[in-house]
Amino acid sequence: MKEFDHLYDALSKVDGFIYPNEIELSWSLGIVLYPYITGLVAGAFILASLNRVFNVKALKPTYVISLLTALAFMLVATMPLITHLGKPFRFYEIMITPHLTSAMAIFGFVYIWYLMVVLLLEIWYDYRADMVIWAKESKGLKKIMYKILTLGITDISPKALKLDKKLGYIVTVIGIPSAFLLHGYVGFIFGSVKANPWWSTVMMPVIFLFSAMVSGIALVMLVYMLLSYIRKVKLDMLAVDTIAKFLFYALIIDFVLEGLDQVHRIYEAEESFEIISLLVSGKLNITLLIMQVSLGMLVPMVTLAVLQFYKPKAKIRQIIYLTIGTLVLVGIFFMRWNVVIGGQLFSKSFYGFTSFKLGLIGMEGALMGIFWLIIPFVILGFLLWLFPPWKKSKELESIADSD
Amino acid sequence: MKTKKEEKKSRREFLKAAGIGIGGVFAATVLQPFTAVLYASKEPEGAGPWYGIAIDIEKCIGCGSCARACKNENDVPREPFYFRSWVEQYTIKNDGEIKVESPNGGIDGFTQSVPDEDIFKSFFVPKMCNHCSQAPCVQVCPVGATFETDDGIVLVDQNYCIGCRYCVQACPYGARYVHPEKNVVDKCTLCYHRLKKGLNPACMDACPTGARIFGDLRDKEGELFKFLKEHTCHVLKSHLNTGSKLFYNSLNQEVR
Repeated sequence: MKEFDHLYDALSKVDGFIYPNEIELSWSLGIVLYPYITGLVAGAFILASLNRVFNVKALKPTYVISLLTALAFMLVATMPLITHLGKPFRFYEIMITPHLTSAMAIFGFVYIWYLMVVLLLEIWYDYRADMVIWAKESKGLKKIMYKILTLGITDISPKALKLDKKLGYIVTVIGIPSAFLLHGYVGFIFGSVKANPWWSTVMMPVIFLFSAMVSGIALVMLVYMLLSYIRKVKLDMLAVDTIAKFLFYALIIDFVLEGLDQVHRIYEAEESFEIISLLVSGKLNITLLIMQVSLGMLVPMVTLAVLQFYKPKAKIRQIIYLTIGTLVLVGIFFMRWNVVIGGQLFSKSFYGFTSFKLGLIGMEGALMGIFWLIIPFVILGFLLWLFPPWKKSKELESIADSD
Repeated sequence: MKTKKEEKKSRREFLKAAGIGIGGVFAATVLQPFTAVLYASKEPEGAGPWYGIAIDIEKCIGCGSCARACKNENDVPREPFYFRSWVEQYTIKNDGEIKVESPNGGIDGFTQSVPDEDIFKSFFVPKMCNHCSQAPCVQVCPVGATFETDDGIVLVDQNYCIGCRYCVQACPYGARYVHPEKNVVDKCTLCYHRLKKGLNPACMDACPTGARIFGDLRDKEGELFKFLKEHTCHVLKSHLNTGSKLFYNSLNQEVR
């Protein structure tokens, strides 16, 4: 039967002994994308809050872009999850029959909290006054959309502007632990599976968090550079250099944490050590050692370290940042891949391996995966069209800022 | 002032009280684990039966009847990737190398490929859901579709299962799979439909050597209780603390 062809193929490639039910991987590309995309959201948001809460002024040009990027990816975050379900049309059950002991059951609530309370509210406070003005200036569909989105609150007196700013600030402050929660929690989903020694570590939520920051920062850096290129405006090099500096810090922390985790495994050398070392040196050779660690982490880290002391010309720096940003994004993708796919390649009997080949078509095929990675950019394009940060009124801002 | 006699008496009383105290604590700590040895899991409160399973590895001949009976009884897909119950063959060679096999879950029986003179030890281990009392699968199910019945059997409500496979990941024993046609999770139910009619699970009836014993852990006169009492039994992966209720006699530590 054709339906089982790929399983017979996998069966012929089994190394050693695996339990009979373990031939097919339960979690595939969809579950690789889910922590990847939520990580981008959390990272982008944390970068935005560096400007707003921690007052890193150099990051101002990317503040709104970070928020809109976070929103665009957030809107897609659940899609790979839903499409990987055996019964996708039952997904709402998570919300209406939550199971208190299940880590996954809380995802819906964490997600909605983050989307509704944090991201949408913060963006709304940021754009409300502008939307009031745009509603007056625009025509047709745009006018109607702005009118609806202001929710009928059209007050743009200095007092109202200041209140917007203050409330927006409070939301961001709440947003930081929420962003940490969102991604730390995604790590917990894996870290709490005690049956799987590759996942089961208390470091998992922390590692996920910092790798999220790394990927989110790199994404915003790329988006900002590309936007400037498309709009043919001069790139604010101070902003990009600052982002790169934070990317460097985040990379160091991420590298140390992941390194600690591995050193800890090696030193403890538990029952599962043998199979995991075979996994790392064999099956995950390319995706872990080359893609994730070397190209995705060490190369960007060393390059950024050099840039802290030696600054080439802006043009060259741009090319370097572009390359590094891409490498980091690819590297973090493979980090998720190695966790999710790697964790399922070896048998829970610790006696052997199954194999995995990514299919092209199907709900969890490569094409679908690419689709879920392109859609957020389409959404981002729409958001930037509707809420162009460069058209925000400087006047309103200075009123809000005045004391 | 206390007299010498009184002093002696009070000292004796103190020693006596202290002795009882220390003895009590000692007895409590020493006796406590004995119940834990008998059951890997703690018996919940309740009156009805509380099911457990024991497998006598010394009696298992690897004929695969249990695995066959299970597929027949429960409409488990025929393809060699889906099992509610299967048999593994362990061969420990003289040089210490461990060979484990389970071709098609042992349904078609086994052939020994290692020459006799190289074999240190060889035996069969039937596997199935451990019906844990602290089941990791029950813990992680996001919609509560998998649950433990009052009689200690872990089941999946296939009308609620969303097919997220989190339980498949959480099960340390590989006892769960996703049904290829229903797209929901499936696993051993201990033939709950038969139990409710007063019948034995299909695998138990099919076993020609009586290697499989199932019964009520609360029934102190029952066959299962007697078996556990007379043999030194172990559960798989006891360090994971899942409260497994699948007990094995003569279980080698190579079995995982």
